[in-house]
Parts: sequence; C-alpha cells; structure tokens
Amino acid sequence: MSMISSEKTPDLYNNALEEYDRVFSGDGAPRPFAELRRRGRDAFELLGIPTKKHESWKYTDIRKVLPSGATFEGQTDLRITPEDVATHAIPRLDTRTIVVVNGVFRPSLSNLTDLGNVIITSLRNAKDSHADKLKEHFGRYADVNESSFVALNSAFDLDGVFLCVPDGAIVERPIRILHVVDAETESVIQGRHLFVFGKNSQARIIESHEARSGDVNTFGNHVTEIVVGQDAVIDHYRIENEGDNAAQVNTTQVIQKDRSVFSTVTFTFASGLIRNDVTVVADGEFCESNLGGLYIARGGQHVDNHTLVDHVKPGCNSNELYKGVIYDQATGVFNGKVMVRREAQQTNAYQQSQGVVLSDDADHYSKPELEIYADDVKCSHGSTTGEIDPDALFYCRARGISLDDARSILLYAFAHDVVEQVKLEPLRDWLDARIGERLD
Amino acid sequence: MLNINNLHASVEDNEILKGLSLEVLPGEVHAIMGPNGSGKSTLAGVLAGKEDYEISEGTITFKGVDLTEMAPEERAREGLFLAFQYPVELPGVSTMQFMKTAVNSMRVHRGLPEMNVAEFIKQMREKADFVHLDHDLMRRAVNEGFSGGEKKRAEIFQMAMLDPQLAVLDETDSGLDIDALRIVADGVNKLRDEERSFVIITHYQRLLNFIVPDYVHILLDGRIVKSGGPELALEMEDKGYDWIKEENGAELVA
Repeated sequence: MSMISSEKTPDLYNNALEEYDRVFSGDGAPRPFAELRRRGRDAFELLGIPTKKHESWKYTDIRKVLPSGATFEGQTDLRITPEDVATHAIPRLDTRTIVVVNGVFRPSLSNLTDLGNVIITSLRNAKDSHADKLKEHFGRYADVNESSFVALNSAFDLDGVFLCVPDGAIVERPIRILHVVDAETESVIQGRHLFVFGKNSQARIIESHEARSGDVNTFGNHVTEIVVGQDAVIDHYRIENEGDNAAQVNTTQVIQKDRSVFSTVTFTFASGLIRNDVTVVADGEFCESNLGGLYIARGGQHVDNHTLVDHVKPGCNSNELYKGVIYDQATGVFNGKVMVRREAQQTNAYQQSQGVVLSDDADHYSKPELEIYADDVKCSHGSTTGEIDPDALFYCRARGISLDDARSILLYAFAHDVVEQVKLEPLRDWLDARIGERLD
Repeated sequence: MLNINNLHASVEDNEILKGLSLEVLPGEVHAIMGPNGSGKSTLAGVLAGKEDYEISEGTITFKGVDLTEMAPEERAREGLFLAFQYPVELPGVSTMQFMKTAVNSMRVHRGLPEMNVAEFIKQMREKADFVHLDHDLMRRAVNEGFSGGEKKRAEIFQMAMLDPQLAVLDETDSGLDIDALRIVADGVNKLRDEERSFVIITHYQRLLNFIVPDYVHILLDGRIVKSGGPELALEMEDKGYDWIKEENGAELVA
C-alpha cells in the first residue's frame, strides 16, 4: 500500500514532483547525482510528508508551515552584496567565510584566502575534481529512506558546498559558512553540503543562517553530511536566525571514525517553525561526541531539536546538553535518542535537557530515549521543565534587583551554560550579546 | 526605624505569628531568640517580603512607611537587608555581576550615579577582606559550591556592600564553627553605628557573646513573651526555653 495520499501530503508534495519533472526534463543540463536523485524521489514518494502521527514528529506539525504554490527555485539574483555579507561579521573573530545564497555556494562573495590545502568548492565541481571523495561519502550517511526531508533534498541535484580538510591539516582560522536566504516570493530553499575532515585534521566551522526576505514566508530544507576522520578534532556551531517567517528543517548527519572528537552546538534565535535533526554515528572506537543546543523561542516560534547519538563501536563517550527558554505562545521540543549497539561496550553516554517556560501558553516537551543493547555501559539522562526558581528570584529581589532584572540575570545564566561549550572567545561574547538581546 | 505592631502572619492558612510587636530605633541591636517553630524565620521572611506569607492583622512600618505594601526590591532599596538563613545558590550568575546590579539598583534609587568599575572593584575587595572572604570566591557564581561558612560570610559581605539601614540576620550563626562565628560577628560589629539597626534572629545565645545586643526578646509561639537586656540571653543559655514555655504554658495549651 502506498503511504501517500493527497490528504496526507499537501501541496508541497505535488509542487516538488512538478518541480522535479521540470528541472529534470532533459534540457541537457548536467546531472551529476542521478542515482541519488532517483533514490531520493522514490523514497519521497513512498514516505510522503510526515504527520504528527509519526512518533518522531509527535510535537511538530510540519505540514502547517509547508508553503503552497511556492517557487522551488534557488533564486540567485545578485541582491546579496559584499556589504550585506560584511554586516554579519562577528567582531574580533578572524574567519574565512563561505557564502551560500539560497543553498548555492557563491565564491564571488566568499573569502577563502590563506586556507592552505583546504578544498572548498561546489558539489558539482567536486564531482569532477574530487570524484573519489564524493563517491565514497556523498549521500552515504543521510539516508533517504529514513527521512522525508532527506529524500526531498536528495531528489534534486543541489549544488551546495563541498568542504574537505585533508589528512593532518590543522586549520587555524575558523571557517564561517554564512547561509543567506534571499526571497522575494514564498519559496522553498534547499541546501545540500558535504564536509569531509581527514585523519588527524582539526578545524572549527561556524554555520550561520540569516535571511533578508522580510515578510516573505520561506521553507528551508537543508542536509549536511559531515565525515570526521580518525583522530580528527572538529568543532561545529550552527546559529539560526532567519526571522519569524522562516521555517526550516535542518538535517546534520555526522559520522565519526576512531578516536575522533566532534562537538556541535546549535543556537536558535529568531525563526518560525524550525526542526533540527542532528545525528551522530560514532562508527569508530574511542570517539567523543558533544552535542549542545540553546533555543530561545518567542511569539509563535516553534523549535524542535531532534538528536540521535548512535554508538556503534566500543569505548566512546557522548555528552548532550540542550536548553530552551520558551516565552509567549512558543513551543520548544527536545527529543534526544541515545542508541548503544551490541558491540559498543564501555560506552559513556550522558544527556541533559532543560526547559524554562515563561508563560501559561508556552510549551516545552522533552523526550529522552535510550536504547541499549550492550551490557557494560554507563548512560544517564536528565530532563527538567519548569519556571524560574522562585527562591532564586526572591534572593535577587531581596538585594534590590527588580523582578525583570532578576529574571534576565537568571535566564542569562541558564543560557550561558550552553555558551560555555563554545571554544572561541569572540564567538562566545557575540553569542552572549545576542542572548542578552533575545532575553530582554 | 522599624515598628511592628500586633503582627499576625500565616503560611498556607497556618497562623505562625500571632500578635508580634517590636520597636527598633536607629542604632539599636535587637536579638530575637526562640526555639524551633516559634516563628523566627517567618518574621524574617515577612520583613523581607517573601510572598509565601499572608499578613492578616497588624502593621509594619519601616522609617514611618508601611512596609507591607512594598515589593521585596523596594524594601532592599529603602535600606532593609536580610541575611538569609539558607543563602540561595545562583549557578552561572557571577558574584561580580550580581553585586554590581544590586549596588547600582540601590544607588539609582537613592539618586546617586552608578559606581564606576574601579571603585566597585575596590569596594568588593575591601568588603571581602572584612569577612575574610577569599577573593577567588568573588569570581565564582553567587554562593555556588560555597561551604556553609562561606555562604554565611558572603551574606555579611553583601550586607557591607549594600550598606543597609536595617539588617535582619536570620540564624546567621547556624552551622558556623567558632572561628567563622567570630569572623561573622566581627563583620557585623564593624558595621554597627548610631544610625544602623540590627535584628539578629537566633536559636542560640552564642552569637550574642560576640555581638552584644541592646535588647533581647524571646519569641514563643508567634509572640514576644519576654524582653530584656543582654543578660536575658545568658539566662536563656543557662535555663533553656522550657521555663519560658512553662511560664506561658497556660496560653500555649489554650
């Protein structure tokens, strides 16, 4: 029986198929990823768009934000200027910057000098220039059969960023990837990226999502595959701030090899409905995986952080800390699953989720899941959702601090805990300032 | 300074203070002693403005103004300080930032400019030395991971920083060894002057060896049943609370 019906899969589905047929109607354009595309389309037709009946979409009704009649095109009219890019600079943080507009890598806006032997190019170029790497990795980790949105994303020949840090390379400067959405009409924007970090490599990646679309509704569907080679140490940050009208599903699929350390922290500021799917597969021995998240949701915002840490091999550690501050009628969701497979003995896996709810209409759902098939493991999870501690508020007020200031101080401290995981001091300062504004 | 008249206060419909009256003039140190459950901490909470308490009868004026109408932060800004029996840990809130916000809230209220950073840090150091508080603790989060004694000393440090007109010390001596007790008492004594008043709430007499009060009041079942000079505290130490209970037995049973 087919899982799709017109009722279950709203216009986005038909739009996507039409768009697919149009884009791939044989106009002679290059089709580098035909096989993945075919698998993506087949899987998408089978899976359809998830409803709240899907366990992993229980708290998030994605269908209500899917645009109808939206254009699928990555509009790459040249509205984004170097000046726009400059406005997003982080003070005192000396980065190299990859600019991606509507999912498309834009070398002319990027600054990639002095990066040594680091390879940064578009996926389509890489198909030729780094065929072996693409063959080995591209589309291998983000499984079209597991996620409608990975399938949808894979069904198109998207031309995002291929970033490759060769074996042994230590990239001193953090690499910033600035994703800008620029739409004049309701749009679906898809990005597809592949980062390959070689053995013994080290790098810091900061992905920022910004927009200059104003009141236009956009829906982003992004998939990033990240390969962390043996003994590599990689820090990854994602900062989401596209604005109230930007809905997004952001899939980050990570695979770690032996003894690698991978840390990722996601900060969600202004957004519409946003779903972050972070999966880390510790497919090597003695890996360390650190996942963090901070979301400050206001108005009608909806932030759903979905994580899976999959321990495949023995001796790995994972740590997770997610915190949410939920105001107004906003909703926060944390659904974190830790999987420990039979072979993964001596796994240490820790998970913490904390939500502060600041209004009667605000909701926070926290759903930790543990699935353990090995017997010699240490796993724990903790989850709390509540108001600001009244004793702490009173203590502040008894020192002359106003109720508003007391709230700000305590929330800021709560949020700052996640910022502490950021290892770049200028980025920490910048984030603290953004958090301060957002909590006011 | 402080005038409490026939105060009745309850928590969750349970009347704890049953007609307490007390007058504290500028510069006076009053000790309030009482056994567990007599209403000592309720009195401290009511004075500081904790919301858990319901005042059903009586009045409290502070410098002639009705205290019960004021928010906790207004009371603090007007010069009322409560040293908590159980100081609250504020994870992630730096002591520096916390004190700076508190001090400047007071200064703005009093029409003074905000304290400049250099002066503020100087004051922090001075007042920390006052109670032998390690400067490293100042860089940590408020009370977080402090030992019991450090927390109590930190309360006195905060008091010194905020320069109150009336300080209420709620069992500041509990859990302190004799050295810490002496340090805390020292800190308080240095702040004594003819303008500043203290209400020292304690279960035991021993703190009063170091901070000699002008008046001692015995609180029993929500009322002050006996008042006297410092010698009353010694008498309490000798005889315990039972004789007072017996003296007031008839009423207690009723």
